[in-house]
Amino acid sequence: MTLPVFLSFIVDTLGLGSQYALLALGLVVVYGIMGLVNFAYGEYIMVGCYVLYLIGLYANLPWPAAFALAIIAAALLGLLTEMIAFRPLRGRSLDALLVTSFAISVILQNVFLIGISPRYKSIPYPAFFDRRIDIFGVVTSLRSYIFIAVTLLLLIALTLLMKKTVLGMAMRAASENFVTARLMGVPANLVISSAFLISGLLAGVVAIFWTAKEGMVGPTSGVAPLLIAFIAVVIGGMHSLPGAVLGGYVYAFLTNALGLWLPPGLSPFREAFMFVLVILFLLLRPEGLIRGNYTEERVG
Amino acid sequence: MSQRILTVDNISVAYDAVKALNDFSLEVNKGELVTLCGVNGAGKSTALKTIAGVLKPTSGTIDFEGQIISGKSPEAIHKMGISLVPEGREIFPSLTVAENLRLGAFGRFKQSDFNADLEDMFTLFPILKERYRQAGGLLSGGEQQMLAIARGLISRPDLLMLDEPSLGLSPNMVDSIFNLIQSLKARGITILLVEQNVERALQIADRAYLLSTGHLVFAGDPKELEREMVTSVYLGQQQKEGARS
Ligand SMILES: Nc1ncnc2c1ncn2[C@@H]1O[C@H](COP(=O)(O)OP(=O)(O)O)[C@@H](O)[C@H]1O
Ligand SMILES: [Mg+2]
Repeated sequence: MTLPVFLSFIVDTLGLGSQYALLALGLVVVYGIMGLVNFAYGEYIMVGCYVLYLIGLYANLPWPAAFALAIIAAALLGLLTEMIAFRPLRGRSLDALLVTSFAISVILQNVFLIGISPRYKSIPYPAFFDRRIDIFGVVTSLRSYIFIAVTLLLLIALTLLMKKTVLGMAMRAASENFVTARLMGVPANLVISSAFLISGLLAGVVAIFWTAKEGMVGPTSGVAPLLIAFIAVVIGGMHSLPGAVLGGYVYAFLTNALGLWLPPGLSPFREAFMFVLVILFLLLRPEGLIRGNYTEERVG
Repeated sequence: MSQRILTVDNISVAYDAVKALNDFSLEVNKGELVTLCGVNGAGKSTALKTIAGVLKPTSGTIDFEGQIISGKSPEAIHKMGISLVPEGREIFPSLTVAENLRLGAFGRFKQSDFNADLEDMFTLFPILKERYRQAGGLLSGGEQQMLAIARGLISRPDLLMLDEPSLGLSPNMVDSIFNLIQSLKARGITILLVEQNVERALQIADRAYLLSTGHLVFAGDPKELEREMVTSVYLGQQQKEGARS
C-alpha cells in the first residue's frame, strides 16, 4: 500500500468512524442513565432522513435550514417518545421499557410505510459532500472531512456540557447512581429528558451523514444504523461515553480493514466476520474496551 | 412545647410481597436528635428511604413542616428540606469531591450561599479541602463518609437523616463521626440518626425508637431503652439461647 492510499484509508476510516461514534453515543447516553437499549433509536435517524426528503420535495430551503430542521425533528422525537411513552412506565420493569421501545420502532416504521411509501425514496443533498479532495495525492471525498470536523465539534461541545455544566454533572451522577442523585435534589425528569434530547439530536446529525452517504430513505432505514450503534457499543463498552466513541472508530476501522484485506471472494461475508467479532467481544470482554463507572441499581 | 417538624403516621411499606414496615409511627421536633435503632433487617433504612421519598408507603402518611410528603418524589422532598445521607455513603465515585458537593446543593442553589456553605464544610471537614479536586472514589472510607455528610449538609436541610454513618469505619473514625453528630446537634440541626452502634447513639440522643422486624417496639427516653436493652431484651436473648442448648 502506498502512502497516499494508506492516508486516504485513514481519512475514510476516521470519517466513517465519526458517523459510527455519534451513532453509538446516542444509544449509550440513554442506556447509561436508564439501562434501556432504545430500539426506537434507529427510527429517530429515519425520521431525520424523511424530514430532509420532505423538505427537498415540498420546500426549497437552503441547506443549513434543512439540516437544522432535520436535527430539531429528530431531537424532538427523542424527547416526545420519552415523555409520552417511556415516562408513564418509569419505575416498572426494564422489560416493559424495552418492549415499548420495540413498539415505538414498529409504529414509526409503519407511519412512514403507510404515510409515504414502502419504497425507498432518494433524498436530495448538496453536491459538495461528494466532491473529491486531493491533498498531496491523498484523494478522498469532502464528506469524510466534514464528518470528522462536525463530530470533533460535537464531541467537544458534549464534553464541555458533561464536565463543565451542572446539568452534565447531574447526568454523570445519575448514570452512576440514579437514586442518590435524586436524593440530592436532581430531578429524574430533567436528567432523563436531557438524555433523550441529546440522543435525538445526535440521531439528527447522523441522519444528515447517512443521507450524504446513502442518499435514500425508506421505512426500514433505521435498522442498519441501530445495528451499527449496537455493535459499536458492544466493542467500546455500554457504560461509558468515551467507550461508545472509541467503539465507533474501532468498528469503522474493522469494517474498512476487512473490506480492504479480505480476498474478493470473501467480501460478501464481511458482515459475518463482524458478527463473529461481536460474539468474541461478548464472550471475552463483555464490558467492552472501556469499562466505565456504573452500578447495577436502576430506577429508570 | 417544642415544634414538631416531622410526623410519620402509621405507615406500612412493602417490597413487592414482603412487608418491611408495619404501622410505623415516629415524630421529630425541631432541634432534636432522634435515634432509630434495631438489629439488621429491622426496617430502619426502609423507614428513612420512605421519609426521603425513595419508597412509597402502602398506607399511612408522612407530614413534614405541615405538608404531606408521602407520595412526593425524592427530589421534591429534598427541596422541602430533608436530606438523607444514605447507608454505605453512596458518593459518586468518578465525580470529584467538588462535584459531589456541588450536586448536594443542586436543589437549593445560590452561588453566594454555596461559597459560604463550602467554607463552612471545609471548617468541619478540612480533609475535603485537601481532596477537593480528587475523584470521590479515591477517598478512604472515613473520608467518603465525611463527604457524604457534607454533601447532605450543604443544602442546609431542616432535617438531616443519617443512615449508619459509622458503619465499617475504624474506631478513631467512629469517634470523630459521633463527635461531629454532637457538634451538628449543638448547632441546632435537627437529626434523625440510624445507628448499629446502639449504645453510643442512645447516649447522645434526645429520644429513641426501637424497631423489631418492621414493628415499633419502643418509643421514648433513650436512657430507659438502654436499661431495657440491658435487662429484658438482652436477657431475653440469653434465655432463648439457654433454652436451645
Ligand atoms: N430492595 C429490597 N427488596 C426486598 N426486600 C428488601 C429490600 N431492602 C430491604 N429489604 C428487606 O426489608 C427488611 C428491612 O430492611 P432494611 O430496612 O434495609 O433494614 P435495616 O436498615 O434495619 O437493616 C429486611 O427484611 C430486608 O431483607
Ligand atoms: Mg439499613
